[in-house]
Amino acid sequence: MTFATSVELLKFHWVAYTIYALMIISIIAWFAYNLTRKEKAKSIVRIPFYGYIGFLVAGGVGHHIFTYNAIPWVSEDIMRHEIKPDVTFDITVKNHEWTLPAKPMVVKAGEKVLFNAKSEDLVYGFGLFRKDGTLVTQMQINPKRDNDLMWTFNECGKFDLTTSEYAGPAQYDHEGRDKMFVADAVEVIGCDGNAAMKKEGSEK
Amino acid sequence: MSFTKTLINGTDFDHTKLNALQKMVLRAVVMSFIFFGLLTIEGMIMRLVVTGPSNPLPDMFSHAEHYFSIMTVHPIVGIFGSTYQLVFAAFMFLVPYLTKKPLYSVKLGNIVWILITVGTWMSWIAAFVWQYAPLYTLYWPLPADTKQFQTIGGIVFIIGVALIMVGTLGFIYNIYATIFARVGVHKNKTTKELLISGFGIDGMLNLWRKITGKPPYSKEPALALPVVAIFRGTVDTFLDAIVILGAGILVLVYLLADAGGMSWDVHAVDALLYKNFFWWGLDLVADGLVLIYVAGSWYLLATLITGQKLFMENVARAALMLELLVSWMVWSHHLLADQPQPEMMKLVSGEMVTAFELLTQGLALFITLVTLWKARPLKMTPALAYLLGGLVGFGLAVPAAIIQADMGMNRVLHNTQWISFAHFHIALIVGLYMTLYSALYVLWPLVTNNTTMWSKKLTWSHYWLYLIGGVGMGAFGGMAGLDGMLRRHLYVDGEFHTWMILAAICGTMILVAWALFLFNIVMSVGIKGLVGIFLPAEDKSTSYGMDEES
Repeated sequence: MTFATSVELLKFHWVAYTIYALMIISIIAWFAYNLTRKEKAKSIVRIPFYGYIGFLVAGGVGHHIFTYNAIPWVSEDIMRHEIKPDVTFDITVKNHEWTLPAKPMVVKAGEKVLFNAKSEDLVYGFGLFRKDGTLVTQMQINPKRDNDLMWTFNECGKFDLTTSEYAGPAQYDHEGRDKMFVADAVEVIGCDGNAAMKKEGSEK
Repeated sequence: MSFTKTLINGTDFDHTKLNALQKMVLRAVVMSFIFFGLLTIEGMIMRLVVTGPSNPLPDMFSHAEHYFSIMTVHPIVGIFGSTYQLVFAAFMFLVPYLTKKPLYSVKLGNIVWILITVGTWMSWIAAFVWQYAPLYTLYWPLPADTKQFQTIGGIVFIIGVALIMVGTLGFIYNIYATIFARVGVHKNKTTKELLISGFGIDGMLNLWRKITGKPPYSKEPALALPVVAIFRGTVDTFLDAIVILGAGILVLVYLLADAGGMSWDVHAVDALLYKNFFWWGLDLVADGLVLIYVAGSWYLLATLITGQKLFMENVARAALMLELLVSWMVWSHHLLADQPQPEMMKLVSGEMVTAFELLTQGLALFITLVTLWKARPLKMTPALAYLLGGLVGFGLAVPAAIIQADMGMNRVLHNTQWISFAHFHIALIVGLYMTLYSALYVLWPLVTNNTTMWSKKLTWSHYWLYLIGGVGMGAFGGMAGLDGMLRRHLYVDGEFHTWMILAAICGTMILVAWALFLFNIVMSVGIKGLVGIFLPAEDKSTSYGMDEES
């Protein structure tokens, strides 16, 4: 199982966590009901103490092993200093204003893109969003530091940019609208059906 | 008795019979619930603003300065003004009660709640009057940004936080001075014995000796398990207070320099290094003292409710030690989206060590449930119901955090409402507060000399409204986070309209629940009693349930 885009991952997460949430609420409710009953409740499953401990350890560690293997941007992120990007965009931000190398920043699907962002004053965030508001990717921008995010777009379209970190109320106008919002900051082209996805898959 | 008479006199509450310790505790509790009301109102304002232009609030609430000043003080009021007060009050009552020793100083206990109350109000005033709004994260150099904020606002805010931290240090001193006092049952104990017990080393030695077939190191540990949890959690409380004070001094120095006409280079302080320092300290609240205090409270409540020994007590003692060590090494999960942060710190501290919290908190949940299970049938009292609610809260909130403390998930969940609602609002509102309500119902007869609660119906109405509202708000807010809603962002066009309306409905349930709870308490103690709590106590006793002379 692999998640090519954050939307796929978040949908899976939504379903998995909802099932878990309903399960844990049901378990405690079952306990609450049976705690007050005089007749002895039948155990649905008998959980040995150290088996439970093992389950928690496996859950905690297994979660990271699963995501490392199923989410493509994890290994790419860890190894980004060893990977030569296909295209690099140097971005600066100061006084709540972006300076972008191009608008839109055009990339091809499947290319390895390096966003290198610098802040001259405050802590900001670099957040790319789809038109429906869902998050594509993000990073923090620490001032006077190189903040580099390598990303492979496996979906085409135009994506909006804003800071994903609060940098003070000067980010907004008097009506409360975001002055750092840049519509269509990134455009991803070259999706030929699932060509980009296939290319990604064949490289693995 | 007529409604008016009950409102004035309460049910059977007599404040003149309260001793100095009981009054000190009740004063802090009153302050805590006043701040809880303020907290809920602030939360509702923010919920309504993001529902969009049709919200019924005046326009000024949608102005960024106003909105973010509320967001800045919201956690100060909630965590320090309300939660710290309630927890500190409960522990300054419980430590003497459980150790059968007097509290080191009731006077210091009173100073603690006064300092925290005054400090919280000062921070609130700084945000309300001068709209100082760097948020609780205080990401450097934003708190020293005098282009966006007035210097005076920052100075008042930081002094307020500093007063809270000084009050916190007073609480810590009071707790340790009480634990280490060699009087009563600890008359013949050495400091070393108390330290070994306080850190849970006796529990570890007992486990080891059991494995190696030797007799236990200590059959009767010097300190009861809940006191061990308080001891252990207070280590993190101390470290956290030092870090927040340190950060406060840094901000204050820059602001004072600005007020003196000097313009210092804010970039002399590295923002990422500051983040590491600040999150190390702040995380000792979230992943340290809260989890340790909560685990200890669950153990105490389970044993008090069932009247039986705790299941796997030695494991529980050892796990509290593990939790303390874990809490010192997990801060990097807040910095997974910070690209200059070393990858190894992200992997080890941010992911692997953080995952241990699933183990420690899962263990506490299991031990508590089994202890209850072994004692069944039990009567479903408010104390038991709230305890189970607390277990639900952490059962939901801890995995929600572990999921996002992952380099893959964090890329799309960091700074979204997922972490804000599905994790820490559920952890605090449902997990922590329902545990505290359980403690309140257990301690109520002790602290108020068996005062009758005015209405059971109101108690249960509060319970269900609060539980459903808390879980619902967390769930709907979390879903908005999955749809891309940022947590420190202003949305005025109703971008996440549906989720936010649902979250606001659930938030309203919490607000109504608080009003019902407060009304029930006021009707139980009466207005006279409420005022009487703040009058000096005739009985100067500094303990409860023991003869002072012993």
